[in-house]
Amino acid sequence: MPLPYISLKNLCKRFGSLTANENVSLELYSGEVLALLGENGAGKTTLTKMLYGIYQPDDGEIFLAGSPVRFRSPADAIRGGVGFVSQHFSLVPSFTVAENIVLGREGAAILYKEALNNKVKQAAERFGLKLEPSALVRDLSVGEQQRVEILKALYRNCQLLILDEPTAVLTPQDVEKLFATLRHLQNQGLSVIIITHKLDEAMAISQRVAVLRLGKLVGVEATKKTSARELARLMVGRDTVPVTKNLEHDAEKTVALSAKNLTVKDKRGLTTLKEVSLELHKGEVLGIAGVAGNGQTELVDVLTGMREPESGSLSLNGKTLTLGNARAFEMAGVGRIPEDRLKGVVGDLSVAENLTLEHIPQFTQRGHLKTGAMTQEAERLISAFQIKAKATDKARTLSGGNIQKIILARTLSRNPSVVIAAQPTRGLDIGATTFVHEQLLAQKDRGAGVLLLSEDLDEILRLSDRILVMYGGSIVGNFLAHEANVETLGLVMAGSKHVSA
Amino acid sequence: MDFLFALLGATLRISTPILLAALGETLIERAGILNLGIEGTMVLSAFCGFVVAHLSGSLWLGLVAAILTGILLCSLMGLLSVTLNLNQHVAGLGITLLASGLALFSFRLVYGGSSTPPSLDHSFPQLAIFKGTVLEPLFSQYGITYVALLLVPLLGWLLQNTAFGLRLRSVGENPEAADIAGLNVYWVRYQALIVGGALMGLAGAFLSLAQLGAFTHGVVNGRGWVAIAIVIFGNWQPSKVLYGALLFGFLQALQLRLQAQGIPLPYEALLALPYIITIVILALAGRNASYPAALLKPYRREGA
Repeated sequence: MPLPYISLKNLCKRFGSLTANENVSLELYSGEVLALLGENGAGKTTLTKMLYGIYQPDDGEIFLAGSPVRFRSPADAIRGGVGFVSQHFSLVPSFTVAENIVLGREGAAILYKEALNNKVKQAAERFGLKLEPSALVRDLSVGEQQRVEILKALYRNCQLLILDEPTAVLTPQDVEKLFATLRHLQNQGLSVIIITHKLDEAMAISQRVAVLRLGKLVGVEATKKTSARELARLMVGRDTVPVTKNLEHDAEKTVALSAKNLTVKDKRGLTTLKEVSLELHKGEVLGIAGVAGNGQTELVDVLTGMREPESGSLSLNGKTLTLGNARAFEMAGVGRIPEDRLKGVVGDLSVAENLTLEHIPQFTQRGHLKTGAMTQEAERLISAFQIKAKATDKARTLSGGNIQKIILARTLSRNPSVVIAAQPTRGLDIGATTFVHEQLLAQKDRGAGVLLLSEDLDEILRLSDRILVMYGGSIVGNFLAHEANVETLGLVMAGSKHVSA
Repeated sequence: MDFLFALLGATLRISTPILLAALGETLIERAGILNLGIEGTMVLSAFCGFVVAHLSGSLWLGLVAAILTGILLCSLMGLLSVTLNLNQHVAGLGITLLASGLALFSFRLVYGGSSTPPSLDHSFPQLAIFKGTVLEPLFSQYGITYVALLLVPLLGWLLQNTAFGLRLRSVGENPEAADIAGLNVYWVRYQALIVGGALMGLAGAFLSLAQLGAFTHGVVNGRGWVAIAIVIFGNWQPSKVLYGALLFGFLQALQLRLQAQGIPLPYEALLALPYIITIVILALAGRNASYPAALLKPYRREGA
């Protein structure tokens, strides 16, 4: 057996009372792709950040080719041959591709743009990455930005490349391209750690899979000898059952929310939402798929009254809505599950205060808060929505899943006519995700129209009755859910026009 | 013609300290730090330059002292805002209060409350080029003015075409990216502060060692604040900062001449004119300003 390129011995990392990693020991060999699998909060990112010198382990050791090393900063890790592509890209948007890549490794005091561009171009070609060195990073697509990040690591001669959730922001086609690149690099002798929580991706790209649960390594399996089912059980600690939707409500065709020709321009005058029209029926889940930044955020803002569009109109159950008046929208029966759930609660207010925040007039008497009634309402919602917290806890001390439950409870307990749910399960673990799915489907069964915006195609396909695809601020695809699949949706999401179901 | 060239010559002279200070502030802000200590840094630099020159008899020693003072105060800004991660507004204003107060207090200690303020026997002379030509009134400037003008293209080149500039801009745009790329974000920010501080010190030296040959209570008189406005007006680019400084200098020179001509306007209105126009231009230009993305944001590696 050859010496592992890098090995971890009993690594521990604690944040206050929270143990993020406990006694993790792992080896990685040259030319091997290892998938690091685990639910959100399992400690995958923490582990890799210790490998890149961003965090210091509280206990345990790292060995590089057999000798112990200590990475006190990313600079140390780079010298040790480690490269890291974080989940949220660390690029300078106003710099060119070449500038981002050579930053910190310029090679000379004076920079000659031509020479730099050539050097970067050569490096890109050697590693089989398609990139234009003189392009500004802010003009690149997410997939291209990721290639810049990968080349940045390779340019520093990394022998081990760590990718943190690299597929989360990509279309299925871009995922394929990424995997092809990784296989190419692997053949050149590179070791790769790829973090993911998607089982099929782990199965597709890796030779071995390491599974983390609650900070501990619960299994390392050869990919060929395991199955997605087995890995799921390791990851969650029990068998999982995904939600199933009720197909009976598909027939109802009463329009709940109707949007006509909505157009939004951003501060720079660019059109971010172009003449978008849609109809959301009662008793259906309408999924909106798309790569982030194709107008979904603007659409949600308009549909929930958070933003006044340049033009267009909206009506709910036949009545016209006053655009840009969030309060009026809420009163009329538009329920909002915001994209950034941390903006949906006030962190320093208690759970009870957050649960009643949108309906404060009901809990007020002559300007005084009726705290008794607030607590009573909170207790009711806490038990109905299985929120794991006390009414007096501050919202910011809660986990993402419980914060999302507060928002669901506050919005759904009012029986809104339509629910606008933007990325409702982003960053949630499997248990909380299932809960959110059940709640959304319950709203549909109750007769509400549910608009589901998500970057997770599996989620869209599993919950929706109809699916619209957004690209470049327009709706470019319209599918019945049972006629759509990941491949066709992916093509339309990437802007390919000649696809129809 | 003579009037015009004299006016333009005065413009260059008046612009010099503002240009130098604004160039220094530009470097520091491009690295992500708003240095509101600029006004006080200029005051104390002007003072230290003056005292050293006055006591030692050497203008050059005074110049060095002023530059070192600028570097020292900007390093203090670094200690507070980079190392200790304090709020940049508070740290900067604190330094301005401290440095201005220290300058006036020390002046009293050294010179007492004498009714005739001391002045230097010799201050830096003006160097005339194009002697005997019509351009002479325009190009009879202090050496520091020529230095300031040469610094404009030099700093523009430094920011765009050197590794130092690239690193400096990266910590001002996205310090996390710079950190992940293996740079020491703190050290790069300190470097920007040191170079910028030297320029602010030079600006102070220009006032006390060249233009006035003396140190008085109002020697800087808000030029530091004007410099900050001009950095925004100049969109953090040295060449455009030059235009801003020249514009302000021109308005100032013009209003001085209008006062001398006896224009039937209250002189207070004329005095206020450059500032009013600066505010108006800033209000117009500032709307399209593209701030360094990480300006005002202290950097601390997460989990550290």
